[in-house]
Amino acid sequence: MSTSAANSSDALIRCDSVYKIFGDQAKSMLESSGGVVDAQKFQEAGCIVGVNNANFEVHQGELLIIMGLSGSGKSTLLRCISRLTDATAGNIYIEGEDILQMNNKQLIELRRNKMGMVFQSFALLPHKTVLENIAFPLQVKGVGTKESITRAKEMVDLVSLSGRENYFPRQLSGGQQQRVGIARSLAIEPDIWFLDEPFSALDPLIRKEMQDEFLRLQGVLSKTILFVTHDFDEALRLADRIAIMKDGVIEQLDTPANIVLNPATEYVRNFTEEVPREKVLKIDSVMDPYDPSEEISDLKVPQDAIIETVAEAVLTAGKPVGVVNQAGEIVGALHASKIISILFGGHANTPDQQNS
Amino acid sequence: MIEALKQKKYLQFILLLIIFVVLCMVIAPSDSNYLWRLPPLIKDLPLAINDSVDFAMFEWMPIEVYDPEIEEFEQKPLLKEVTRVSSGFILFMIELIREILLGGVKTIVAFMGWDWATDNQWARWPALPWTIVAGGAAILGYALNGFRLALFVGLAFTYIAVFGQWEPSMQTLSFVLIAAPVSVFLGLVLGVWAFRSRLVESILNPLLNMAQIVPHFSYLIPVMVFFGIGDHAGAIATIIFATPPMVRLTLLGLKKVPPEVGEAGLMGGCNNWQLLTKVLIPTARRDILIGVNQVIMQCLAMVVIASLIGAKGLGNDLLIALNRLRIGLALEIGVCIVLIAIVLDRLSLAWANKQTDYFADLSFKQRHKYSLMFGAVFVGGVILAGIGSLIFKEGFNYLYLIPHNKGITTENFWQAGVDWIWDTFFYSLKSFNEWLIVEVLLPVKNAYLSMPVAATFVLTMGIGYIVGGIRSALIIGGLLLFIALTEWWDRALITSYLVTVSVMISMTLGIVVGTLCAQHPKSSRFILTYCDTFQTFPSFIYLIPVMMLFGVTDTSVLIAIVVYATIPALRYTVEGLHAVPESLHEAGSMSGVNRLQRWLSIELPVSFPHMALGVNQTVVFALSMVIIGAMIGTDDLGQLILGALSEKNGVGNGLVLGLCVAFIGLAIDQVIRTWANQRKEALGLE
Ligand SMILES: Nc1ncnc2c1ncn2[C@@H]1O[C@H](COP(=O)(O)OP(=O)(O)O)[C@@H](O)[C@H]1O
Ligand SMILES: [Mg+2]
Repeated sequence: MSTSAANSSDALIRCDSVYKIFGDQAKSMLESSGGVVDAQKFQEAGCIVGVNNANFEVHQGELLIIMGLSGSGKSTLLRCISRLTDATAGNIYIEGEDILQMNNKQLIELRRNKMGMVFQSFALLPHKTVLENIAFPLQVKGVGTKESITRAKEMVDLVSLSGRENYFPRQLSGGQQQRVGIARSLAIEPDIWFLDEPFSALDPLIRKEMQDEFLRLQGVLSKTILFVTHDFDEALRLADRIAIMKDGVIEQLDTPANIVLNPATEYVRNFTEEVPREKVLKIDSVMDPYDPSEEISDLKVPQDAIIETVAEAVLTAGKPVGVVNQAGEIVGALHASKIISILFGGHANTPDQQNS
Repeated sequence: MIEALKQKKYLQFILLLIIFVVLCMVIAPSDSNYLWRLPPLIKDLPLAINDSVDFAMFEWMPIEVYDPEIEEFEQKPLLKEVTRVSSGFILFMIELIREILLGGVKTIVAFMGWDWATDNQWARWPALPWTIVAGGAAILGYALNGFRLALFVGLAFTYIAVFGQWEPSMQTLSFVLIAAPVSVFLGLVLGVWAFRSRLVESILNPLLNMAQIVPHFSYLIPVMVFFGIGDHAGAIATIIFATPPMVRLTLLGLKKVPPEVGEAGLMGGCNNWQLLTKVLIPTARRDILIGVNQVIMQCLAMVVIASLIGAKGLGNDLLIALNRLRIGLALEIGVCIVLIAIVLDRLSLAWANKQTDYFADLSFKQRHKYSLMFGAVFVGGVILAGIGSLIFKEGFNYLYLIPHNKGITTENFWQAGVDWIWDTFFYSLKSFNEWLIVEVLLPVKNAYLSMPVAATFVLTMGIGYIVGGIRSALIIGGLLLFIALTEWWDRALITSYLVTVSVMISMTLGIVVGTLCAQHPKSSRFILTYCDTFQTFPSFIYLIPVMMLFGVTDTSVLIAIVVYATIPALRYTVEGLHAVPESLHEAGSMSGVNRLQRWLSIELPVSFPHMALGVNQTVVFALSMVIIGAMIGTDDLGQLILGALSEKNGVGNGLVLGLCVAFIGLAIDQVIRTWANQRKEALGLE
């Protein structure tokens, strides 16, 4: 499944052995450890490991989700890539340029033109209105008032906040505030979009709504996205690939299905154990080869649909259901028994074993 | 036994007290006995300070300066030049504002020279009619907070004018209008710098703590030496005094900005300057503006004190009136100071809380509403003054400027009131006064004076040790050692006695009244408003009414201190009780406690840490008032500081005395703060 090695040329972001360790002696300790960092040992010496040897690439237009428990280093990793903190060691390339070598000026240019970030606590400027908050990155950049306000108005429409342009952040609900945060981060039309637990501070209902909104925006904009969350459901809904972190280490970085089906470590297995398979797996991972002699229902399902979304229809169809590819050709058949075993069958006979 | 001692703090305290008493009895009072009094080893410190100040001022780093009078270069010491130039600049600014308000010629002279001004008698800057100033101030109030504030501001200025205090009031105002912005600017710069650099913060922090407690008088003496006497010197002393709270609040505000907001600014592409001016400072706006408010209040508190080194205006008049025991006049002037204080306080608070509407589509008339209004007031004022010149052909034009002490005066009324009080209550007041002095104050004072120095150290350091461990004990010991080694230990004891007695009374009053008021939302609101208002009064004001009643005695000072120091005690009590979580109240009610039990077993313990900070403030307030009390006669450190003011070489004495006072405050602060923090941690608050 992994394409990262093959397509390294179109990697927009590349991290090479990135370490971030907090503490006074972080650098010297890291050097003497020769790159093998034991979080426990470092902690005893007064250093906290934020990111431990991160190596990965993010491709143009990809949505990479970074997951892990609280304190596992997700935010720190994001802050390293946006250089809100300086990594202790390693290289981070954006479009082939090593951002750790950039001086302050280049960095500001990079942020003004290429990056946008959404924060968990919204981080709006309390003294500015919705419109001014959104126009802020433009004005900082030196775009004229008129132009920046016009652009900000477009963004207000994009995040469906029309009519509230002149409100102050404190007059908005949490969800509305985060819409402002999203609009602000998009105002300069960034190539790379960082979102650090953007919906964690919201109520579950609003969160769902905002995820939908996010998917809609991503459908329109197709940015390269690094999205931090500790909510697996959210990750499954949104991700192209998922990175799972633990104590600063990226335990596994893969597609949602592979993470569930082939957990690389015990930790990931535990992490994914409770995840309902039907929410992750696509049809093509459970379909049987198409046997033209078999009678199939009129219903057709696309091969890359998530099982959950078609389960009910398949179960009520009465006959095996045809699976089609994007061209509309039948590539397999889906039996209700398979769906039932995914939905109710526990993990003993999940496709997990079949595939491996 | 030992184990129990380790566990139970009150046992430790009892043991400490026993040792203390034994020491008091055993140690013989004799000057050769070092356990009784330490030798004044640093007696010469003031002289050394004097010498180094002299050296810095008159010899250090001579530079070549061109003197236009004799048209030659001259050797002058750097520091003297620096202070001369900055004095000149500040004086020019004060005069400029003063002449805009009151008219005059000095600003013109500054540009054209005396000769030109004498030749051209027409070249005089005319005063603004008081109606325009009052109207303008009212419009400002309206712009900031609507009609009610406008009305209050307008009435306050009218009162000042009508009662003939316009000139000194405007002099005071011009002084504040220079000192306050300079303090704000300095405070902002230092605060930002401390925010940026750990090192600067760690250097500034102890200085700020000190500045809070060093008595105002102590600032005056070095300022006098470096800058001479006059409005500028007063302004500089005021600036030195008013800047620390601004620094503190700027730093506090910046630190409170959530890190993510700063990061959002960075990701928005801010450079350092943009981050500071567009993100951090505006986000910390609330605290910074409270700092501005504090600065203004401090400036007004200094009005009277600064007049000791030559600042003109209300403060000066008040001092003179008090010296001549013209209580009625003093009261009138006091009212004006209070009015200006409240006006500036309300205006700056309104400004702090004001929100602007952006991008509202406004017509020209709406957008320039206030300028138009001011234009109308200006024209109206000029016309009124013109009419006035027709009506009041002889004498003064009351619609233009009401000269000093030529307005309505209520002095006779107040004086009659004072006389009546004296006639009617003379005996009861006098006997109360005598009783208090003979039965309470003198015995306590003597008890303090009969403490051997060794016993005092054991007691205070012991308390420090029990509360905060070896570190607190050492800090307290060090602070007190400094005082003990000067020649003013006895005076310091007298200061402590006044502070102790008044703080006890204030705290008792504050806790009892505060608790009663906190029971009801209405009365709590009332008491907090009361505190807000009375806190804006410069401390000096409190002396006027008590002098009316008790004359120049320790009783007056004590009462003034108590009244003044009760304010923070009240405030912190009410706030502390309100901070008790509702769930605790309910838990208490569910376990069936009655009101008194609830107060004793739940509310007091939980709110005590906050109240302790109130004690801290009470001590600071009391200390500052004790020193000011010296102006009407006490025999403690304050009186010596006041004396140092008029000495030729008073710098050293003044500074060392100021440090003594500050160290008393810091020692008490150390104990209370440590304890309060421990309690807070134990209770899981913060
Ligand atoms: N500025 C900092 N100084 C010291 N330790 C930090 C700092 N920022 C984060 N950490 C530590 O690094 C670890 C990872 O934190 P973070 O990246 O915020 O976790 P997450 O976002 O996954 O919850 C945590 O143990 C945290 O305590
Ligand atoms: Mg985080």
